[in-house]
Order: sequence, then C-alpha cells, then structure tokens
Amino acid sequence: MKFRSKLATAAAAVILAAGVSSAVQAQLKIGFVYVGPIGDHGWSYEHNQGRLAIEKALGDKVMTTYVEKVPEGADAQRVISKLASSGHGLIFTTSFGYMNPTLRAAKRFPKVKFEHATGFKRAPNMSTYSARFYEGRYVVGKVVGNMTKSNVIGYIGSFPIPEVIRGINATYLAAKSVNPNIKMKIVWVSTWFDPGKEADAAKTLIDQGADVIMQHTDSPAPVQVAQQRGVWAVGQASDMTNFGPKAHLTSIIDNWAPYYVARAKAVLDGTWKSTDTWDGFKPGMVQMSAFNKAIPANVVALANATRDGITNGTIFPFAGEIKDQAGKVRVKAGAKADDGLLAGMNFYVQGIDGTIPK
Amino acid sequence: MLVRLEQRPEASKSMIYVSPLIAVVLTVLTAMVMFALLGVYPVKAIETFFIEPVSSLDGLAELLVKATPLVLIGVGLSLGFQANVWNIGAEGQLVIGALAGGGLALAFFDQQSIFLVPAMLVCGVLGGMAWAAIPAWLKTRYNTNEILTSLMLTYVGLLVLSYLVHGPWKDPQGMNFPESRLFHDSALLPILIDETRLNVGALIALFVVVLGWILISRHIIGFQIKVIGMAPMAASFAGFKEKRLIWLTLLISGGCAGLAGVIELSGAIGQIVPSISPGYGFTAIIVAFLGRLHPVGVLFAGLLMALTYLGGDSAQITMNLPNAVTGVFQGMLLFFLLASDVLIKYRVRFGAPKINTEAAE
Repeated sequence: MKFRSKLATAAAAVILAAGVSSAVQAQLKIGFVYVGPIGDHGWSYEHNQGRLAIEKALGDKVMTTYVEKVPEGADAQRVISKLASSGHGLIFTTSFGYMNPTLRAAKRFPKVKFEHATGFKRAPNMSTYSARFYEGRYVVGKVVGNMTKSNVIGYIGSFPIPEVIRGINATYLAAKSVNPNIKMKIVWVSTWFDPGKEADAAKTLIDQGADVIMQHTDSPAPVQVAQQRGVWAVGQASDMTNFGPKAHLTSIIDNWAPYYVARAKAVLDGTWKSTDTWDGFKPGMVQMSAFNKAIPANVVALANATRDGITNGTIFPFAGEIKDQAGKVRVKAGAKADDGLLAGMNFYVQGIDGTIPK
Repeated sequence: MLVRLEQRPEASKSMIYVSPLIAVVLTVLTAMVMFALLGVYPVKAIETFFIEPVSSLDGLAELLVKATPLVLIGVGLSLGFQANVWNIGAEGQLVIGALAGGGLALAFFDQQSIFLVPAMLVCGVLGGMAWAAIPAWLKTRYNTNEILTSLMLTYVGLLVLSYLVHGPWKDPQGMNFPESRLFHDSALLPILIDETRLNVGALIALFVVVLGWILISRHIIGFQIKVIGMAPMAASFAGFKEKRLIWLTLLISGGCAGLAGVIELSGAIGQIVPSISPGYGFTAIIVAFLGRLHPVGVLFAGLLMALTYLGGDSAQITMNLPNAVTGVFQGMLLFFLLASDVLIKYRVRFGAPKINTEAAE
C-alpha cells in the first residue's frame, strides 16, 4: 500500500514535471524594460508598440510583460534579474544605461536570451540592436533647409552621445546642401523625457530666431510649443502629428515591430543567435510619417527621393568630403564614413557653431 | 452619533508608535479598494505587492540593497530634523560623496589593494560632509536658510556628476557614452551572499543605525539636539552652542548621505553613471518622518519604503499593473501617516461634548 502510494506520487510528479516543461516550451515569456512611461509618445511608446506587435503576430505562443520607468542606476539590474528569474526566456532592455546591468544578468542567467538596444557590449546570449536614425535626420534636413525662412534651425539635444551628435550632423549636412545660409542653434537639456524642460528649450530657440524646432528628446512638448508659436516642428520616435497638426512637418518613426517579431520567432524556432543589428530605412526600422500638406510638392518629392536613395544605397548621408569644425578632414572625398566612425562620432561637422558640451 | 476630536492633556506616547501601524493598515485597505476598482483580485494584489518580492533569498537581498541608502540617509537627516536643521540636500551630498569615493576607484583602476574599499568609504563620507559644510557655513556665518542652500546645491552636485561622466571620467573604451569605466574587483564592496547583490553596505547601515541611536538616546549631544529643537530659548539659557549643533547635524547628515552614495556606487552599480540615485536623498526625508525621526524607526521605515519599490516591480511583472501604483502607495502611506498623527495630540470622542453646556452659560 505504502509502496503503491509512493509510486503514484512519483508518477504524478513525473506527469506534472512533463506537463510543466511542455507548457514552458509552448509559451515563451518575453519581458521588456522601459526607461520612460509607455505613455511618453516617444521612445518607450514605440518599444511598447513593438511588444504589442509580438503579441499580435504570435498570439498564444508568447506572453509579454513590461516594467516601465526603470531608472538607469542600481534598479535596472534588479528588474532585469527579476524578469530573468521569473521565467522570461527573452528580455529586451531598451535604453543605453541598461548595458552593464544586462550584461551581468546575461552572465548570471545563461539560458535566457537578452536583447539590448543601442549598446555595444555583447555575450553569447546577449544581442544588441539599434536603428540608423540619422538616415531619417538626413531626409528631415532636406525638408527643413527648404522650409525655414529665418535660416535658423533650433535643435533640442538630450545628451551629447554619438547617436545625438550624428543626428545633428546629418541634419546640418542635408540642410546645408539645399540652403547654404543655414544656421543651427542647439540647446542641451540633459534629459530624455522632461516636457517642461523641453518646452522651455523650444521657447528659447524660437526667441533666438529659430523657425523650425527639431528634437532628440522624447516628449511631444516641443511640437506643442511650435504649434502655439506658429513655427515648424519635427517629431521624434513616433508620429507626433496630433500634438501640433499645423506645425508638424514630419516625424522620424522608430519601428521596432519587425525586429521584435523576428527575434521572438527565432527564440521559438531555436534559431536565435547573438548578433549586432543596426538597421535603417531598408528593413523599415526607421520610417518617415506623412509629410505636412503645407510642404511644397517639389520639397516632398526631394524628401522622398532622398529616402529612396538611402534605401537603395545610392545616397549616403555621411559621404565625403566631411571636415570637422577645426577643418580636419574626417571623411575623404569620394569615401563613405565607416560604421566605426559613425558609432563613435564625437565632433560637429564644419559649419555648425558652438562646441559639444564635455 | 457625533464624532469629535478632543485634545489630550499631553501627547500620547503609545500613539506615537501606533499611528504608523494605523497608517499602514489604512493604506493596505484603501489599496485593496483601488485594486478591486482596477479589476484585480485585491488579496492577490496585496500578496504580489508585499509578499512575493521577498519570498526568495534574492528578493530579500534586493530589499536590503534598496533599503540601505534610504536608512543611511534617513538616520542622518532625522538627527538634523530634531534640531530644526532642515537639510533638504541629501541627494547632492550623496552624489558628491559617491564621486569622491568613485573618483578614488578610477584613480587606482589598475591596482589591487585591500585598502581601496575602506579608503573609498572614507572619501565618500568626507565628500558628503564637504558638500553639507557649505550650507552649514552659510547658515552659521550669514544666517542663510539652509533649506534653500542645501536644495540648490543638489542641482550643482548633479551638474558636477554630469560634467565628469560626460567629460574627464568617461570610459576611454566606452564609445563616447557617458559612463565611467567599470570598477576593478577590489573597488567593489564584498558580497555577503553569493549570487545576490547583498553587500557589506547593509551591515554598515545597521551599524550607523546603532550609532545614531546611541547618539540621540544616550549621549549629551542627542539631549542638546532635542532641547534645541523643542525649546531653542531654553537651550541657549542652558548654554548649548547652537552653531556647533548646526555644524554637527549638517556634517553628520551629509556624511551619511555621502556614505550611502559610495555604497550604492561600489556595491550595487559598479561604475559611475549619469544617474547614481533615483532620488534617495528626497525619499529619505519621507523615510525619516515615517520613522518618527528615530534611528530604529527609520530602519523599519526604510525597509517598508524599499518594499514598495520592489512591490511595484512585481505588480508590473506579474499583474501588468502600471508603474504609477508604486507612487500611489507611497503617497497614501504618507497621507495616512500625517492623518493618523492627529491621534497623538487628540483623541476621538463619541457623543456631544460635556463641557459645552457649562461654557454656554
């Protein structure tokens, strides 16, 4: 009797264990860590759209969760480890400051797959991915160079990291190519998301004569200010038309959905490998929102031609000759900037006033 | 039935300890109503928020890691608050302390030494003290309001941090991203439990709690602090030197904040990053008051506050609740605490007051 009950218990345990493991295989839990609130209508919002796209594409095969507003200090590692230890098989950490915490978690949880946005450290179970936003900035540059009357572009920068510097340079090079008198005024706000500071920066730039406001920050506040003050604006990360229909020229949209769906599928198929992805217009990771109706048809045509040229490889935003502010040649005539130079870009191109804050 | 508040002849001693408990119970009850309205099973939600985070060894370790800076700063601040010295700038002192200690780690990044960690801790304390000394000097010399000076110096401190991580202390191999190089192993605080982040910092915090308790309850300085806070005139008649106490309380609270900063850096983060603290210096003000400005109370308050952060993670991960739940919890806790504090000086009476009839004649 005793023996039989033991046997039954053992059998039950085996069945239970088998059931659990097949359930784990059947459903992949995917975790997301966001630096902002999902309602920022910018960076984190678009990553969350990518998460929803996974759910839509893969349905019952996946279950997704997210943690928003995770500070980039000691808290990040706690949250990432917590996701890894609670059964998540694939974890996207969507801000640069999560790089070292993600790497530590990747070492501690070798069976979990990690995807880190915008970083440069990888591991066998940790990939990195980012988008070539500068391609979008180059298209925007062609538009704003034509639209400005005062020839002053106001630019709100977050932090002087290569990604932001690249965007400023790409914008300037494109705008200069259509408007030789172009000037850029840059205000650094030292934050990715602070509607109050971003709005103040926009007002300051307008007061200094800018009639186009560009931003490398995530809230729609600058677009709203531009709408009130009757100047142009360019949205960041997601389509910000609704925040200033008259002012909004276009937005550069980060479209993470195709990449996220592909990576989730790869984990399900068992084909996931650690890689470094840096995609632009071509696979649709960067997109332009609809252009404002007030933009003349020839400018829209130029913008579209520029986008198509970048997509099919005939136009390259950082084609030589490119000199820095000191006049030193950084990209030789006829050459293209390589990814190494682009990834570590820490100089303004010749013609931009001011210095990069140190 | 008439409910009214009647002033107690003297403040209730038991209520001083009971009112935080009432606040916690009311917070939990209100939170359950909130969860029910959100369409979540309330008991399960409370369990997810308060039990699940600490149901594993890793969870407990993380609780202590999160509570360490809050308790350290809270103990320091509570001493000053009792003496009516309002240091609101612990966040800035934390940052400068962290930079002083972290700078040492960067200076010796290629050298192994068992003295590095102790030296970093000492530098952290001194850095925090130096930053707190500015408001202390301004207050004792020019009678400047320390609330304003210490708060504004926080922003200066954050800018110093920003300058250093974007400039001279940037990782040379870091692709220009605003982070310092990773600290060497001998610049990291020893881990107490393998596979977790629990480090010696938690023990240091506990030690500071004991020191704080001895100072405030068993030492003449603690007595002077209390007298000067409750009756400044009496204190000056008794010959207590007010300026000395201003210096002392600001230096202690600054030193504690600086220590918290360097512990956070070398214990939990392992490099200098643009945001070292998610506002511990400000949260610790709540912790100090929640803990009745008493070191042991601060210890419990710090743990409770840390638990609300961890609970917020769990609520998001397992129940898909928004991050705002954490903020709501903390807000309710403070609100109910302030409301319950009425009971220290007043008691609830039912029925019409008896003395009223006499007063009417």
